[in-house]
Amino acid sequence: MEQQEKMPKKNLFSAQIDLAKFEKATEEEKRQQDVMSESTTFFKDGMRKLMKNPLAVMSLIFLTFILIVIIFAPMVVPYSYSQIISVNGVRDKTAKNLAPFEYSENELAYIEEGGKVFPHIMGTDEMCRDYFIRVVYGTRVSLAIGLFASVLVLIIGLLYGSISGYLGGKVDLIMMRIVDIIYSLPDMLIIILLSVVLNETLSSVIEGTIFSKLGVNMIALFIVYGLLYWVSMARLVRGQILTIKNNDYVLAAKATGAKSGRIIRKHIIPNCISVIFISTALQIPSAIFTESYLSFLGLGVQAPMPSLGSLADVARSGLQSYPHKLLFPAIVICLIVLSFNLLGDGLRDAFDPKLKK
Amino acid sequence: MSSEYLIEVEDLKQYFPIKTGFFKTTPLKAVDGVSFHIKPGETLGLVGESGCGKTTVGRSILRLYEPTGGTIKFNGKEVTAKNMQEYRKHMQMVFQDPYSSLNPRMTVEDIIGEPLDVHKLYSNKAERREKILDLMELVGLNAEHATRYAHEFSGGQRQRIGIARALAVNPQFIVCDEAVSALDVSIQAQVINMFEDLQEKLGVAYLFIAHDLLVVRHISNRIAVMYLGKIVEIGEADEVYDHPVHPYTESLLSAVPIPDPVIAKQSQRIVLTGDVPSPMNMPTGCPFRTRCRYATEKCAAECPSLKDRGNGHMVACHNR
Repeated sequence: MEQQEKMPKKNLFSAQIDLAKFEKATEEEKRQQDVMSESTTFFKDGMRKLMKNPLAVMSLIFLTFILIVIIFAPMVVPYSYSQIISVNGVRDKTAKNLAPFEYSENELAYIEEGGKVFPHIMGTDEMCRDYFIRVVYGTRVSLAIGLFASVLVLIIGLLYGSISGYLGGKVDLIMMRIVDIIYSLPDMLIIILLSVVLNETLSSVIEGTIFSKLGVNMIALFIVYGLLYWVSMARLVRGQILTIKNNDYVLAAKATGAKSGRIIRKHIIPNCISVIFISTALQIPSAIFTESYLSFLGLGVQAPMPSLGSLADVARSGLQSYPHKLLFPAIVICLIVLSFNLLGDGLRDAFDPKLKK
Repeated sequence: MSSEYLIEVEDLKQYFPIKTGFFKTTPLKAVDGVSFHIKPGETLGLVGESGCGKTTVGRSILRLYEPTGGTIKFNGKEVTAKNMQEYRKHMQMVFQDPYSSLNPRMTVEDIIGEPLDVHKLYSNKAERREKILDLMELVGLNAEHATRYAHEFSGGQRQRIGIARALAVNPQFIVCDEAVSALDVSIQAQVINMFEDLQEKLGVAYLFIAHDLLVVRHISNRIAVMYLGKIVEIGEADEVYDHPVHPYTESLLSAVPIPDPVIAKQSQRIVLTGDVPSPMNMPTGCPFRTRCRYATEKCAAECPSLKDRGNGHMVACHNR
């Protein structure tokens, strides 16, 4: 051992390394040190994790299915949500409260004659309207309200929260106390009061505009929801911004001379956007739920426009004779809310592992 | 008017208001009257224990905090809040933590390119890319890694990215805020050698903030020792290390581990008693007097100022 002899002998117990036991790294091994795994973007990585979550994937498939149904069903089904069923151009008074896939007397007679009648997949209601198409429209309304209300919450919350978080200091203090006050109001009571008041005042304001087509109640619902539920979003956004703005990379951007606008755009928003989107996804089912119970209480959308909540409300009166009429909208509400919740949870696990419950 | 010095810091003060009561705020004197200067291409090491204001000095010079008082001159011209934007091209910073100082949502290319974007230092995309690749090569990064994200790199590589970002605007002065503290020893050596190579190639001046005294001695031309927001001793690196005058520097240097156990046994460690006083409630006179073994009544009455002990070796002490 030539090498060993070269090394000076030191103390007996010193931790001197025996160089003879080592060998030089080959070029191949050196190269391997440099090779890195395949580069993945944040989004790709998150989607891969999401696709591994069976519940989230199932929810996604179900929601896509619902979306396809509510878009295409009105094109396929020859009935409209407000139209009384007519056979051969004559109003069919016998088609009242039919069971699923049942035909009325007039329709049966028409089929005998060789005519074709589209089946009533969920039967009909007490005013001789096709129930399936009413549930489809109800789902449309509920989903639209859920989506728009959540977007409204997102916009208000994002603006308010980011101003409060970025400016900090006294501005933050005052803005957050306002949030605390709104947060402490009993929301159910306020929602009911506000929707009653807004129904009165809004109708004159929106008359003649495109909004009047939507109905006063629907607009009132958006506003009520947006006014009350933005507070939690604002708090979330503020918290995110407070943590991100103290990161060194924001300081580094300041040191390079970047202005506030660029810092918010390039550094703060991209780093908190996933958390914000996830909580927006979780906001949708809660908005649908609020819409449903308001409609159930009779404060929701205006007849004859159905929503899942108002359908359930109407079905309640005939519960003993026709329980299926409550069942259909109730199942749809449950499944939609459940899917959004599961999907939101899946998104959170995939994109923001820090925020696990 | 041009000056002999690149950076001149005069009586820099940085106080932070701390809420101590319902309506009362007490200033926390993080930096209290610090003055020094750095020549072009020179390295000034800044050492001191945790919380003595080293980092704050670095950040105040770059106006990441708005200084409470004092002046900072760059090439003889005063840097103010108004004209700071133009000096951002000349003064840059490398951060301590290579993990939090790189935006996890940006590619290496965008991180290094950010200063170029901010100051619009390129005319087209191709030029931007070329500049970025040049910088990556300069700090020893593989050009293939430009499209990767920061989390895919090791600590040493991340620090190189941070250094490349600082170099992007071709600065004359870089504040290295504990730039190697978060790295392990072998990587530290690589990065420090790189700092030295860059200084040779580009002629940049460093303010090298660290608490590892051996590292600071290795890289610095001159060294400043800070205690509780004040510089207590400043001078040529070897002079300060071999002949420390201030009792704080003495004890600090005696705490440096010696790799030879035989010499280590013979050397005397000067152990300081007591804790560092709170910067919100500083002792009167000399801030070090509560822990100083030479302290006299004069120390309590009057704060010593930096006095030249020959050869630019300045010490703030009444007794030594």
